[in-house]
Amino acid sequence: MNPIERKKYDWLAIGLYLGIVIFGWLNIYSACYDPEHAAIFDLTLQHGRQLLWIAMALVLAIVILNVEPRFFADTSYIIYLVVIALLVLTLFIGNETNGGKSWIKIGSFKLQSSEFAKFATALAIAKYISAIDIDIAKFRTKATAIAIAAIPAGLILLQHDTGSALVFASFILPMFREGTSGMVLIVGLVAVVLFVLALLINKYVLIGIVAACCLFYLFVWLNKRTRRNYTNILAVFVVAVAFIFSVDMVFNHVLESHQRERIEVLLGKREDLLGAGYNVHQSKIAIGSGGFVGKGFLRGTVTKANFVPEQDTDFIFCTVGEEWGFLGSGLLIAAYVVLLVHLVSMAERQRSTFARFYGYSVASILFFHLMVNVGMVLGLLPVIGIPLPFFSYGGSSLLAFTFLLFIFIRQDADKNQLL
Amino acid sequence: MSNKYADRNRVVKTIFIVTGALFIVRLAMLQLFDPKYRELAEQQSLRPVTQYPARGFIYDRHGELLVHNEAIYDLMVIPRMVKGLDTNYFCDAVGITRDDFDARMKKARTYSPYSPSIFMKQISKEEYARWQNKAFRFKGFYISQRTLRIYDRPIAAQVLGYVGEVDQADLDRDPYYRMGDYIGKSGLEKSYEEVLRGVKGKKIMHVDALNREIGPYQNGALDTLPIEGCNLYTTLDADLQQYAEELMANKRGCVVAIEPSSGEVLAMVSAPCYDPNLLVGRIRGDNYRALNANIAKPMQNRALMEQYPPGSIFKVAQAVVALDLGVIQPNTGFVCDKSLVGCHNHPSAQTVPDAIKMSCNPYFYQVYRRVIQQNHDKSANRDSQYGLTVWHDYMLRFGFGKQLDIDLPKGGMASGNIPDTSFYNRWYGRRRWNFRTIYSNSIGQGEVAVVPLQMANLAATVANRGYYITPHMVRFYGPDSVRDERYTTRNETGIGRQHFEVAIRGMYGAVHEPGGTGHRADVPGLDVCGKTGTAENKGNDHSVFIAFAPRENPQIALAVYVENAAGGGGSWAAPIAGLLIERYINGEVKRKDVERQYREAAPCQKLPLPPHKAKKSKKKRQ
Repeated sequence: MNPIERKKYDWLAIGLYLGIVIFGWLNIYSACYDPEHAAIFDLTLQHGRQLLWIAMALVLAIVILNVEPRFFADTSYIIYLVVIALLVLTLFIGNETNGGKSWIKIGSFKLQSSEFAKFATALAIAKYISAIDIDIAKFRTKATAIAIAAIPAGLILLQHDTGSALVFASFILPMFREGTSGMVLIVGLVAVVLFVLALLINKYVLIGIVAACCLFYLFVWLNKRTRRNYTNILAVFVVAVAFIFSVDMVFNHVLESHQRERIEVLLGKREDLLGAGYNVHQSKIAIGSGGFVGKGFLRGTVTKANFVPEQDTDFIFCTVGEEWGFLGSGLLIAAYVVLLVHLVSMAERQRSTFARFYGYSVASILFFHLMVNVGMVLGLLPVIGIPLPFFSYGGSSLLAFTFLLFIFIRQDADKNQLL
Repeated sequence: MSNKYADRNRVVKTIFIVTGALFIVRLAMLQLFDPKYRELAEQQSLRPVTQYPARGFIYDRHGELLVHNEAIYDLMVIPRMVKGLDTNYFCDAVGITRDDFDARMKKARTYSPYSPSIFMKQISKEEYARWQNKAFRFKGFYISQRTLRIYDRPIAAQVLGYVGEVDQADLDRDPYYRMGDYIGKSGLEKSYEEVLRGVKGKKIMHVDALNREIGPYQNGALDTLPIEGCNLYTTLDADLQQYAEELMANKRGCVVAIEPSSGEVLAMVSAPCYDPNLLVGRIRGDNYRALNANIAKPMQNRALMEQYPPGSIFKVAQAVVALDLGVIQPNTGFVCDKSLVGCHNHPSAQTVPDAIKMSCNPYFYQVYRRVIQQNHDKSANRDSQYGLTVWHDYMLRFGFGKQLDIDLPKGGMASGNIPDTSFYNRWYGRRRWNFRTIYSNSIGQGEVAVVPLQMANLAATVANRGYYITPHMVRFYGPDSVRDERYTTRNETGIGRQHFEVAIRGMYGAVHEPGGTGHRADVPGLDVCGKTGTAENKGNDHSVFIAFAPRENPQIALAVYVENAAGGGGSWAAPIAGLLIERYINGEVKRKDVERQYREAAPCQKLPLPPHKAKKSKKKRQ
């Protein structure tokens, strides 16, 4: 039986990928546009190099689509170990950029190892979870899965690349799908809300609110009040109070000063438009000035005049907002959401746990990037420097995201084959 | 087992969709409903570029240009932007060698590869014209134009003042100024800053985040042109000013000459002088430090900022006050009793003019006693309190004891001192003083202090026989010839004209009659009236002279002050005053030998002076 005949590629996912990559390149071209150096293919300029990366990514995609799907399942641990080794290596021979050691320089080529750690970890956890004798309900299973994600995350944290390390929290979603309790999501959400409120309002007022919520839950919401209910609510309350009091400590001693500043700017506790708040302020100006249809391709004034730092990488969305307006940026968000939702649907139609878990991981990692990056640019989240998938300038991230997505598309193409 | 949780895909999809929707709502808020960002975008990418108006010129009273501007061109370079330069061609175009080019480029690059720095300073107009034809070939180079203050005659530096970059205090005080703007720092440049500076224009340029101009916005439709500063037409007589500065060379002290009828200051010299061109352009910093460090304080305008004991010139004011009070008559005589206060050898004065002519100290001791002790009260102290209050009131009407409202910066200006009862109550304690403790004031010593401008103003007041117009430096300014109302009203002393005539008889005698102390101020053919003064202080006495001429319809009144010049008012200040009067009224000085003698003389004791010489007895004062 010739497997090639049975391949059925998901052209919607491939089409969205291509669309986003091309639109991304147009915006990088615009962000770096200089009327006197309008050449499209010029390796001294970002958009010229990005064109090279895109070509490499397409070759890579075609290669992946023609590899045996089993290959990735079989070699996932090896890939994982190779990437871990790379991460360790980076700590020793890495190049410093923006205060972090996250690049390995090979000739003129700079490799950001943390980008490749994402799909490698996704493969490794998928492989682990899909083993025959694994029971997700067991604590041991969960602990091991967390460890597989925590090792690269920890190494990346040592590179001072907090943003990339946080990406590994994405695996909460595939784990949730596989059967871990949804409480993790709720507790996480509550913790974020409490953290923000603790910074914004008086702690005793906040404790009062928490107490009121607990009492409301206990006496109005619940029909039956058992002794167990009382003790549980009391425990929740005590933990919440302890959390609230620890917020200051965490904020002032665990976070680094630039992280503190960024959070303060976001919460409006600090007006520092030329310092910590500069990027986001400028990015809001760029986007806000775009209006409904935008200023037109190559015609942005804020981004064109270099007011927005990192406008070809982490702040690339500004260019979209300024030049393509609400229409363009809204459609881009919509395209991402369609891709994400479609990926979840694709994952659900997989017959193997490995492919499903991997598919969920792909969607979650992309989602996390989208949420943090766009949230930052729109001034909804603190500044955390991670790229917009398939869109931001950067060879490592484009190649790594292409790996991530196309390994899944390859799995999906053979979904009817039993692994 | 897995399909048990298959429904959870909806939770995950919901999270994705809700997040996406949240972003789109946020985008709508920023892009569709909040106009703030569009405005901010325009504000920062369209930057108003200031166009500087030419600063007003300054003229002397005859219309001679004293201060003007000159455009100078600096060749600037931004090293990073230099691309594809034909270096040899460039060197030919600007006329430098290849080595010179390399050295200059290296210096610029060391300063900053991204920021403009001066490649070649102050290129000539011809070079500039030549440059413009070729400029398009030299990317990264451009010409920056600045204007500098130019002084054709190196005179009146302290009066004209200088301009410099604004400091933080200026920025805080007046929102008109921006960092790097120029502002008058002293003298007329400071006091007439708002007249001279004009109004800045605005050019709206499209700029990038590095503040580099990309091009004009809407082809300049919204631009405003700068409005040039107003010209100042000063009261100075440039020739007299220059002559006075020449006479004051090698000396410390000052000269103030006033036209009595108008209060216009004809000359104001503070020696040592300096060339105002020293404080212009790139050399300013070093020169400023050097001038500031000079212990003779050349930057200080002594005519306004120093106060000295007036010495005997003060007697003129005492005489008219006593005559006005009626406590003496023109023919009142007093014996020259040196037991009261020291004096030089001269016959006793039989009349007021005699006393002024000979500058008799015991005579004015008696005069002042009659002013202070009017037998108003049995207690010597209360009697003196009454007398002193009357006297203090008179003195203020002469413009003593307060800043004269001249149109120069008030900061640092001295106000002199005329003691009143509360001053002595603080000084000696309540009721612990009377005439016996304060008599030194009568001869211009003790606690009185006057500013040289006030001395010249005294001369003008006497010349006017009883009033003065506040001395000022500017006649009018601007195309509308604006005049200041402060300088058109008379300040009356309230003392009768006839009393001044008595004093003037004495001042005439001082210059023209035997036994007069100021005969060296005599100018043949002119009836100069003057009064010498010798002011005690630490170091040698200061030599003081006030004078006016002619006696009727005086054209000039002046005060000359030579610091620490041994020999009294008659020896140094009087002849200098005579030369100045001759020069101003006759237009030239015929007495070349006298001129040479006093121009070359350097009578002032060297600084730093010995510590205070405690001279208790007031003796030998002319």
